[in-house]
Amino acid sequence: MADRSLENLDEETRKLLDAIAASETLEALRDAEPSLVGKRSVLAAWQKSLGAMEPEARREAGTRLQESRRRVQSALEDRRQSLAKEDRDRVLLADRLDLGDVVVRDVRAALGAGHPSLVAVTQRELEDVFVAMGFTVAEGPEVETDWFNFEALNIPPAHPSRGLWDTFYVDLGEPETVVLRTHTSPTQIHLMEEAVASDSLPIHSVMPGRCYRRDSPDARHLATFHQIEGLVVDESMTFADLAGVIESFTRSYFGSGVTSRLRPGYFPFTEPSAEFEVTCTLCRGAGCRTCSHTGWIELGGCGMLDQAVLEAVGIDGERWSGFAFGFGIDRCAQMRHELTDMRALVENDVRFLEQFS
Amino acid sequence: MRVSLNWLREFVDLPESAETLRPILDDLGLVVEEVCHTGGGLEQVVVARVEEIRPIQGADRIRLVTVEAGEGPVEIVCGAMNFDVGAHVPLAPVGSVLPGGVVIAERTMRGVTSHGMLCSARELGLGDGQDGLMVLDSYVNPVPGESLSEVLRVGPDAIFDISVEGNRPDAWSIEGVARDLAARLGRPRRTPVVATSPSTTKTSNYAQAGIDDSKLCGRFTVTALRHVTVGPSPPWVVERLTRAGVRPISNVVDASNLVMLELGQPTHPYDADLVAGRSLRARRARPGELLTTLDGVERTLAVKGRGLGDTGEDCVIVDGDDVVVGLAGIMGGASSEISPTTTDVLLEAAYFDPMAIARSSKRHGLRSEASHRFERGVDPNLALRAAARFVAVLTESSPDLEWLSDPLDVWGYVPEPSTIELRDGDVERLLGVEVPLDDATSLLSALGFVVTGSGTALVVTAPTNRPDVRSSAAGRADVIEEIARLYGYSRLPRRTPSWPNAGGLTARQRLRRRLRDVVVDGGALEVWTPSLGGDDDFERVNPSVERVRVTNPFSLDESVLRATLLTGMVRAWVKNYDRGVGDVVLAEFGVVFYHPNTTSQPRITKGGLRGSLSLALPRENERATVLFGRREDDARVAVATWHRVASRLGLADVVVRTSADALPGLHPTRSAVLEDRSSGAVLGYVGEVDPSLVGALEGPSHRRLGILDLDVDALCDPSRATRRSGKVRDPSRFPSAIFDLAFVVPEVVNAQDLAYSLGRSHEYVESVVLFDSFRSSSLATDSRGLAYAIRLSSAVGTLNDDDVVAARSSLIEAAATLGAVLR
Repeated sequence: MADRSLENLDEETRKLLDAIAASETLEALRDAEPSLVGKRSVLAAWQKSLGAMEPEARREAGTRLQESRRRVQSALEDRRQSLAKEDRDRVLLADRLDLGDVVVRDVRAALGAGHPSLVAVTQRELEDVFVAMGFTVAEGPEVETDWFNFEALNIPPAHPSRGLWDTFYVDLGEPETVVLRTHTSPTQIHLMEEAVASDSLPIHSVMPGRCYRRDSPDARHLATFHQIEGLVVDESMTFADLAGVIESFTRSYFGSGVTSRLRPGYFPFTEPSAEFEVTCTLCRGAGCRTCSHTGWIELGGCGMLDQAVLEAVGIDGERWSGFAFGFGIDRCAQMRHELTDMRALVENDVRFLEQFS
Repeated sequence: MRVSLNWLREFVDLPESAETLRPILDDLGLVVEEVCHTGGGLEQVVVARVEEIRPIQGADRIRLVTVEAGEGPVEIVCGAMNFDVGAHVPLAPVGSVLPGGVVIAERTMRGVTSHGMLCSARELGLGDGQDGLMVLDSYVNPVPGESLSEVLRVGPDAIFDISVEGNRPDAWSIEGVARDLAARLGRPRRTPVVATSPSTTKTSNYAQAGIDDSKLCGRFTVTALRHVTVGPSPPWVVERLTRAGVRPISNVVDASNLVMLELGQPTHPYDADLVAGRSLRARRARPGELLTTLDGVERTLAVKGRGLGDTGEDCVIVDGDDVVVGLAGIMGGASSEISPTTTDVLLEAAYFDPMAIARSSKRHGLRSEASHRFERGVDPNLALRAAARFVAVLTESSPDLEWLSDPLDVWGYVPEPSTIELRDGDVERLLGVEVPLDDATSLLSALGFVVTGSGTALVVTAPTNRPDVRSSAAGRADVIEEIARLYGYSRLPRRTPSWPNAGGLTARQRLRRRLRDVVVDGGALEVWTPSLGGDDDFERVNPSVERVRVTNPFSLDESVLRATLLTGMVRAWVKNYDRGVGDVVLAEFGVVFYHPNTTSQPRITKGGLRGSLSLALPRENERATVLFGRREDDARVAVATWHRVASRLGLADVVVRTSADALPGLHPTRSAVLEDRSSGAVLGYVGEVDPSLVGALEGPSHRRLGILDLDVDALCDPSRATRRSGKVRDPSRFPSAIFDLAFVVPEVVNAQDLAYSLGRSHEYVESVVLFDSFRSSSLATDSRGLAYAIRLSSAVGTLNDDDVVAARSSLIEAAATLGAVLR
């Protein structure tokens, strides 16, 4: 009969821990495991002998035994992990490659045609049209404060018109004061504030960019999408100039068979405001299901800059006037390429991506 | 808003079809989303009088009913039991088609033939009454043979689904839409019938009303009605409500809803006996007050909300014991609800501060038809007309009610309508077309604007239903928009403006285009992966790094702004790999976000109310990342691609340098930083994706994925990404001396650093190109062999042997200073 005294348990535990530490490889550790913690291990034998003890002694011995088992188990796990890491490090080291040593002319890669994304292609085409019309291209950040995304655009806090933009709030500053921009319009505010600060009016710019709305994605909408916004601040700009710019753009981008029309709309940052529609590109204006048999497709919004916006950025509304317009880049792509479901744009299926140039 | 054409026709003559009116409404800015035709199927249904009822042998659930419908007796088999001889009921004769499309034919049951069908309200689409036939006697005085739709004043209708813009509170009613149509079409407009003869008892002898906070409540009226019979509404009311999408409840509630739809004034009926002291007052809620609203939810009032400038103010209605009985303008309380036993009614019609309603509605997450209207601004002058219309509607189904005279009418603060001066030329300055002031006057007058003055200046005062019209210059634009709207946007001219400034792209935009072109030309497919990801994905690449969170994400998987494009791209690749199309190169251009606490350059910008605070926002970093997933791709391909990109972008010298620290998400021993030699700036990373990351994203971790991750901001910054000099370097016209040098080089020395030293070791060195690197046990430990092809030349003459020998020893000497030994 083995010695089952508690002093001996400590001694046996030490031996087990030494055995674990002495295992040099994962294989060795795996082979040793049954003798360390398995049914035939010393600890298991100890466990069996508890039954023969007096209740009080059993309780104490049981506690000690549990403690020993816990130590052995955790040593085993630690050892396993460190051996695994050593293994991994060995593999990584064997795999090591000093990328400075790469001999470029020896690298052979397949010749394959690449493709820009549909959004990138569309954005470039749109930019090119506007650049040819005399616009510069400006960009702005995607995380904005309430001031740029809403308040400076004449949308005060809690104003019901905020319901037009389902907003993602960012966990910075006071609650609900930092947002993922819901439109590219805050870039207008940046541009105007900068132009005022540097005394560099007029402005003729378009602003493409990514926007976010907390809106369930469907065939026509994504929660993340791209807009392009136009802003003109100059002397003696009128609604007729706005309508003319929209029409020039429409013909230039969609082709000569397509024209535009305006109808009254509402945006807090423009007055008068308008929605602009273009000839349905599917039926060329004859009327079809896509355009609800009207011959027109709504593309975006526009209007003359509201006095409240000019005031917010410190532009003298007596001297300067201007207009803004905006619409979805993805929507344009959808119209032009007869994309049935917008969600394909974020699916990133290679068979979809291969089609654009 | 659902607008019935029949209802509009009560306000203005509209012989046009719905299809003709649609573009007119569109052009007025009342955009029709959809037109839907309804109420058909009643054309052939007539009134029938029950003459005789006989049992059918062997059947106890059906009876044989003989009716008179103007053309002699007709026998019908009927299963309903809720009528007697003499009752008037609807008859659908043989051959008629009911609203649901059911065709009525002769049917024989138990040997008896039925020549038509007697109908329930539900079968006619006129309500959901389940208890038998629609008995007509309680509503009207029907005559057998008369058309049912005429008797009930219901019939075919077109419903416009109009989206009313936020600046048109006046159009949020049938009367409002009719007003625009009448003005555009130049037709007179009718107003609905209102009650005119109250009893001699004064309301003040019966009830009380008051305003305690005149800022929150601008007008508060209470109308008292006694001896009201609560019951169902007449069919025309039910039909109007149903077609507008409002569920009929009882004649009192329905009349209130009808008036709101018709005139735009929300009203609220209280059971007078359940209002303590029959007293209603509007006041500011005290913090912590409780109210159980009609939807059964208990709400704590006047608690400061989220969002800028929300102080938590709620306007409430209290009874004579100062107990809250309703959330003003949004929803009533459950305690004083109209019930079938209600006999006396207090009707509240009020004007509340729009912004206060908007804040309360948002804070309590409670939106109602009433709050929608109040927060956009209800006409403060409308209250008593709406109450009188309510009485007229209710009297039809409760003819014995008593309407007390002189309704209670208390005023608080109501904004004055704006007055704007419109000078000659103002219209042209904004619209680019001259609209004569006389024409402007008549257009505006049709909408209720009061226009005085003439000649060179008009003074225009907005009607009280147009709170959207502001004062001064902003208000001038508001008024001119109204002129343009009625004049017709389609008639406004177009002019293509021009300006002397040239358009164009910035240097950054041009560089980005070039970068995209070179990456795509190298075979990459451009993807678009989500900007918002999950914590797990973030943690996999940037463990324990503070991240930018969205507080109201759709799901936790879309709650963190990405700090790398890597995870999204690996996921996109793995998805394609699983589809069997993983043999591709992917690229993405996009922004990543670093929490302001984790970057030395947060974006400092204007925040807070009125932009009065300075706030640190995330640093947004544009990156271009290329993932090489083709079968043979690895870090080498990524490096070779980088050299191609760098050359195409005209970068002077960027070292591919192995980093002592692991790079986030990259392979620990097969990755490097791209370091600009002269600025020392990091322009990106190159190598392979960490195989454990590929495994964690459920991809094949045995597959090598090359990666090139470029910092576009750095590439576009000339102080970080050093460009080659724009000055042309003339190639030497004399022959070059070409030879190879192979060195044994300590591992710690970078091959490009060595090439750089070699290149500067002698004036004749034209180029130094690495053409071989090799490892062998025969070399010194921690060393490898590097072989360079050297070209020497001189601009002034042919090199002789001495020149070459001298240059060669300079080269070897320079290598020795880095510890490299000629092999």
